[in-house]
Amino acid sequence: MSAVTARNLPRRRARLALPVSVMVALVVVAIMLFAAFAAPLIAPTDPTDVGKFDLMSSELPPAFMPDGDPRYLLGTDNQGRDLFSAILYGARISILIGGGAVLVAATLGVTLGLMAGFFGGFVDALIMRIGDVILSLPTILLALLVSGLARAISPEAATAQWAPIILIGAIAINEWVQYARTVRAATMVEASKDYVRAARVIGYSPIRIMLRHILPNVMSPVMVIATINLAAAMLTEATLSFLGVGMPPTYPSLGTLIRIGNEFVFSGIWWIATFPALVLVVLVLAVNIVGDWLRDRFNPKLTRR
Amino acid sequence: MSSSPLGTPSRKAPVLAINGLTVEYPLADGTRLTAAADVDLEIAAGEIHALVGESGAGKTTVGNALMGLLQAPGKIAAGSIAIDGRVIDTRTGRIEGIVPGRDIGAIFQDPMTSLNPLFTVESQLCETMRHHLRLGRDEARDRALSLLRAVGIPEPERRLKAYPHQLSGGQRQRVVIASALTCDPRLIVADEPTTALDVSVQAQILKLIRGLADDRGVGVLLVTHNMGVVAEIADRVTIMLRGRVVETGPVAKVLRSPEHPYARTLIGAVPRLDVKTRRLPVPSEEGPQTAKAREAVRRQLAASGSIGTTADEILSVSKLCVEYGGHGLLPGLSGKPFRAVDEVSFTVRKGEIFGLVGESGCGKTTVANTIAGLVRPSAGEVRLAGNRIGATRPAPLRRAMQMVFQDPYSALNPRLKVAKALAEPIAFYRLAANRAEATEDAALLLEAVGLERQAGERYPHAFSGGQRQRIAIARALAPRPSFLLCDEPTSSLDVSVQAQILNLLKDISEITGLSILFISHDLAVVRQMCNRVAVMKGGRIVELADAETLFAAPRHAYTRELLSLVPSLEKL
Repeated sequence: MSAVTARNLPRRRARLALPVSVMVALVVVAIMLFAAFAAPLIAPTDPTDVGKFDLMSSELPPAFMPDGDPRYLLGTDNQGRDLFSAILYGARISILIGGGAVLVAATLGVTLGLMAGFFGGFVDALIMRIGDVILSLPTILLALLVSGLARAISPEAATAQWAPIILIGAIAINEWVQYARTVRAATMVEASKDYVRAARVIGYSPIRIMLRHILPNVMSPVMVIATINLAAAMLTEATLSFLGVGMPPTYPSLGTLIRIGNEFVFSGIWWIATFPALVLVVLVLAVNIVGDWLRDRFNPKLTRR
Repeated sequence: MSSSPLGTPSRKAPVLAINGLTVEYPLADGTRLTAAADVDLEIAAGEIHALVGESGAGKTTVGNALMGLLQAPGKIAAGSIAIDGRVIDTRTGRIEGIVPGRDIGAIFQDPMTSLNPLFTVESQLCETMRHHLRLGRDEARDRALSLLRAVGIPEPERRLKAYPHQLSGGQRQRVVIASALTCDPRLIVADEPTTALDVSVQAQILKLIRGLADDRGVGVLLVTHNMGVVAEIADRVTIMLRGRVVETGPVAKVLRSPEHPYARTLIGAVPRLDVKTRRLPVPSEEGPQTAKAREAVRRQLAASGSIGTTADEILSVSKLCVEYGGHGLLPGLSGKPFRAVDEVSFTVRKGEIFGLVGESGCGKTTVANTIAGLVRPSAGEVRLAGNRIGATRPAPLRRAMQMVFQDPYSALNPRLKVAKALAEPIAFYRLAANRAEATEDAALLLEAVGLERQAGERYPHAFSGGQRQRIAIARALAPRPSFLLCDEPTSSLDVSVQAQILNLLKDISEITGLSILFISHDLAVVRQMCNRVAVMKGGRIVELADAETLFAAPRHAYTRELLSLVPSLEKL
């Protein structure tokens, strides 16, 4: 048996060595997170300060183009905002809303999915039917409904302070169903396995069995869905902002910038849409790679390879 | 044993001749895993050649190599294969020029999965024939009918239109055999053909395979782990160990007087049906700490306090009934309830090992689940030391009864280190003063089941099936129970590992005085383990007696039938 331990050591060391792709992805995620959250320190201008907008310098091409302005590294948008600054601030909002929505949806979905799968019967039927009803409504429609209701109740909801929270709620209310369905199915499989039956015979409480025994074994698919949904949530936020119920125009997110730029692509002003989209793609890809690696990293079965 | 043309000089080339077969799997780190090394094997027409060994011995690898089913990157590294005198090209690492299904028929272990659930019996059988033999639709159908008759399926015309789920396990395996015969192969590879079947069905299928060899002159390579099956139908046997052949010869000679030490251990570890031995003769896996640890565990179990009365009976089950179905969302929508357990009554005495045997579907596992509180009974009662227990029960009674499950691979939480899994119930029931003490108790339990205390630092996947079952037993002992339920604890283990686990359970019961309800389908195992035995059939107990009485003079016809059907070494 000691021989086995000795043999495991080099493997463990090998496990800590990251694959190149993951290393690159981690660096990208780190840089983007830093850039987004340190935006006020890095950005040359404050894109949220309406007073500084200069319509005269709108739609300027990036600095490296022949008639670019060196003050605007990536050019300006249709309102004369510096695109580089707008992207930094926009990434911050997108990450905040996307991450927040994923966190809320995953927490809610995993909890409800665990309960549905473990208890079955009435609890299961109730949770899953609610989920079916929600899934039958289009994401955008539901999100519009939530945002609209929030605004009707309180005019505060449209402000830059409250809008992200409303958006997170509006997106999460639709996306938890995916987590709940996946976790429910995985829970039903795990709950019929002998180790869960053994835990029940030992006499552990249902909450302890769910949290300590089943939950760690059903998290792998959740990680995958979360990384994919992060991108989806950012896009939903962009759509909502475009429809006028998301972030106020003075606080553009990456999605808002892409939407704005979308109108100008065919008039040769490609940079407004391209640069925010590039940032979004790179960010989502990096998050996906890191997510995949995390999933494998925390699976004890795969560490023997 | 049936007669065969064995011994007489073979009329022509053997149907299968393997020489120096070596199968290798290149590993990621550049080394090569040799799954089978230098295997020689010869099968004459009409001969059944058994290939036996424990898991990982390479017996299935040999079968797969023959059928071209080696999983990449595995390949045939050396050796020659000749089928019916025709030498097979293996230079590419695969078998070239032979068509599985036409030249070799295959029978797999699980008849549930080896038939496509979406095809009728007719299309499963006819597809192969139309493909390989270029038969027309009607010709193929006629041939399928005659094959079904040959394998003894009742009402073959009706069965042709049946889907696999409409057939019983035995009928399905017959269809699999019929499909192996479609193209009249000279050789059939049968990989554990009866492992998933009940003894009564197993006996019929074995007879059928023997008949194929005798009547049609088919050579059969029978891959199995069951020595009883070998003794029952095989002519010759080859024993493998870690990819190598250790002994080969006629069945009678090898099984009666094995020469190789491993062959001796393997055959000795097979539980006997005719006599009770105190311990199965396998090397024990006990460390120097084991005896001390067991004594400590005994003291802990004794000190954990008795529950309820001090009567002679620890468990009494009376008129227990369990019904499934019948309570749907709306009345009338669901069918009649199915009665899985029907008025079952028995008692288990203190310190005794009580056996519950029966074929699959007889309700024995449902009885165990009901006693464990995993299933709600529809009538009757279960008493543990005088206290009535249902699906919900107070903590002291939950703690007093623990369970060991069949499949050691799913019985342990893959994400919990072994030490944690063992310490958790100890801490949960506050059996230790603090965390350190709970960890120490967990280490003691590991030693008591014959593992090292350092084993606790690892995750379950680092252990073999036998080791995992030891851990599962340790975990069942952790809450310091006074009663242990064992549901088929050894049926997914190799013979020698099974013998070790049986010895372990026996030792624990003897040392600690723990009462055990031992559920099994294997009569020989029950004979070795139990003081008293109940035989179940169709949800009822048909006979209950002392083990010695039951095995020496079974009273009920069903018990007699079961005993006569078990393939065993003694019948040689």
